Amino acid sequence: MKHTISVLLTNKPGVLSRVTGLFSGRGFNIESLCVAETLEEGVSCLTLVTKGDENIVEQITKQLHKLIDVIKVTDISEKAFVEREMVLIRVKAESHTRAEVLRIIDIFRGKVVDVSPKSYAIEVTGAASKIDAFIDILRPIGIKEIVRTGIIAMARSKK
Amino acid sequence: MSKISGSKAIVKCLKEQGTTTIFGFPGGAVLDLYDAIFHSDLHHILVRHEQGAVHAADAFSRATGKVGVALLTSGPGATNGVTGIATAYMDSIPMVVLTGQVPTKLIGNDAFQEVDIVGITRPCTKHNYLVKSTEELVPTLREAFHIAKTGRPGPVLVDLPKDVVAGACHYPEEEEINMASYQPNYSPHNRQVEKACKLIMEAKRPVLYVGGGVILSGANKELTELAIKLNIPVTMTLMGLGAFPGTHELSMGMLGMHGTYTANMAVAECDLLIAVGARFDDRVTGKLDEFATKAKIIHIDIDPTSISKNVKVDVPIVADCKSALAAVNKLFDDEKTFSLTDEANKHLPWFETIHGWSEKHPLSYCREGDIIKPQYVVEMLDKLTGGNAIITTEVGQNQMWAAQFYRFNHPRRFITSGGLGTMGYGLPAAIGAQIAYPEKCVIDIAGDGSIQMNIQELATAKQYNCPVKIAILNNGFLGMVRQWQELFYDKRYSSTVMDISPDFVELAKAYGAVGLRATKTGEVESVIKEALATDGIVLMDFVVSPEEGVYPMVPAGKANTEMLLV
Repeated sequence: MKHTISVLLTNKPGVLSRVTGLFSGRGFNIESLCVAETLEEGVSCLTLVTKGDENIVEQITKQLHKLIDVIKVTDISEKAFVEREMVLIRVKAESHTRAEVLRIIDIFRGKVVDVSPKSYAIEVTGAASKIDAFIDILRPIGIKEIVRTGIIAMARSKK
Repeated sequence: MSKISGSKAIVKCLKEQGTTTIFGFPGGAVLDLYDAIFHSDLHHILVRHEQGAVHAADAFSRATGKVGVALLTSGPGATNGVTGIATAYMDSIPMVVLTGQVPTKLIGNDAFQEVDIVGITRPCTKHNYLVKSTEELVPTLREAFHIAKTGRPGPVLVDLPKDVVAGACHYPEEEEINMASYQPNYSPHNRQVEKACKLIMEAKRPVLYVGGGVILSGANKELTELAIKLNIPVTMTLMGLGAFPGTHELSMGMLGMHGTYTANMAVAECDLLIAVGARFDDRVTGKLDEFATKAKIIHIDIDPTSISKNVKVDVPIVADCKSALAAVNKLFDDEKTFSLTDEANKHLPWFETIHGWSEKHPLSYCREGDIIKPQYVVEMLDKLTGGNAIITTEVGQNQMWAAQFYRFNHPRRFITSGGLGTMGYGLPAAIGAQIAYPEKCVIDIAGDGSIQMNIQELATAKQYNCPVKIAILNNGFLGMVRQWQELFYDKRYSSTVMDISPDFVELAKAYGAVGLRATKTGEVESVIKEALATDGIVLMDFVVSPEEGVYPMVPAGKANTEMLLV
């Protein structure tokens, strides 16, 4: 089962290696990891996606919380949440495919961020499943380069 | 306020934190700090190898409950200390390790004696720091001590670049440490305590399973009160020995791989297992699927990650063992709806079963006339010290025999590397304990293999007049590995034969110590008596039965009830 875990941590040197070292040292998986500062100075938010049964995920959250620099750990996939990921893709766009590529971008509400005579670089944002679908549909046309950010996520507010 | 040097600030801060003794070894990166120590009344013990410094500081802590402090230089000094740090980490021992580091502007440059010790020790410290400015020295050290001794204790490393220590700073006033990201929980949740008490009242065959956490939190009195009040039998892990009196009729001794038949059977048959300050280690549980299958489980531990890590528990109590046990005791004392005597009497049939097991298979060994049995040596040490010595051990058979045959009635008397199983621990540990208690009898129960891993520390003992006693159970083998080879590798003794060893008696003399040897059973008592009467270091070489095994033994991967017996 996939879990999306949000970790608030104090932004001290080496804090990221404490987190990743914990995962490698204890044999947990990291599928993706994203980290950046929050509004509060010196505090960062790290979103990571991991896989494992209930016991493993319980250990992961407890072990993360045990790190001295970690302030708060939330398994946000336990309740309703929104997740977003961004992808940059450079896809072949030659005269006979350019129009089709643009149509696909439109369907996925993407943006062309760089143009060359033979390719488009495209930006698309959405849930990971949408990004996967977008990639699948472009694959036959010819993907030259791809960079994904990894997932960031936020719990939905209570109704 | 005028500024003082970083090195003076460190020494001042150590004293402010209650440190009187540190164990260390100097080097280029810590010259300034050693100069400040020279001018201070801090008691510095110069070891002969950095591993010894960290083990000695660790044992100082285990014997006293205070934070142990070690000081090492950069590079190889620091890496030599890593085994000691990992040893303390696995057994949750509060320690602060200071390491020298190359000047900040050289960090990352592959400078002489540079190593990323913060990176290396990240997974084997509770926390670690690289101090980047002189002003941060004191606040960082205070935080290090705070983290080391609170919550589930552990070693904290502070890496000190040479220029940071050489710089100057204001010495900040002491203030309460409040870290948003570190708030260990001490007090138990009332509802959980009530649930636990309900389970205890319902139980007909309860067992207390006690680990090192009880000793670390100083909860031995509360534990003993609970056990005696409700007549609950107690088994201890290796780390828990001494938390409950070993000679008490409620004590079943150690459980697990080399635990007693009684303890392992009781855990297998109990209907309630009360785990206190223990972590269901694989050496304790044996095959997990068959561990305490008939029991509901209560687990008291200050570290949430220990709970439901290996074994699912019914009532978790995340709290300090002392507070939690006190809360349980209080609830029983306040309860007026039943009589404690009735409750205690309810367990009498359970005791009959337990006594049956003890009679059927007590801890024992076969005597063989003149040939010295290692167990007999430990029994005699127990008898002749009145069970009152501080015992340190190396790792292997010597450690298990010490655990089985020396009966510990008090906490902090058995000092052994449990989690990491570090050979070479016992001698430096004995020195650390002896420095803490110069008047007490401290004995390292050793093997001929592991004593050689840190035997250089005899010189340290000599230099500081530590009258440690060393009892080598000399079987000419790396005994525990040999035992596994005997049982599971058809006696192919691959690299476990150690028939070339120094003459330990002569070696003792070379270090300025007294060396004694016993080769026959009849000589054991007089050798021990002479050693105990000698005011100084004594190394006793007991030439023991070479292929003696440690029993009971649960083969790896087997259930605890499938013990191999004597």
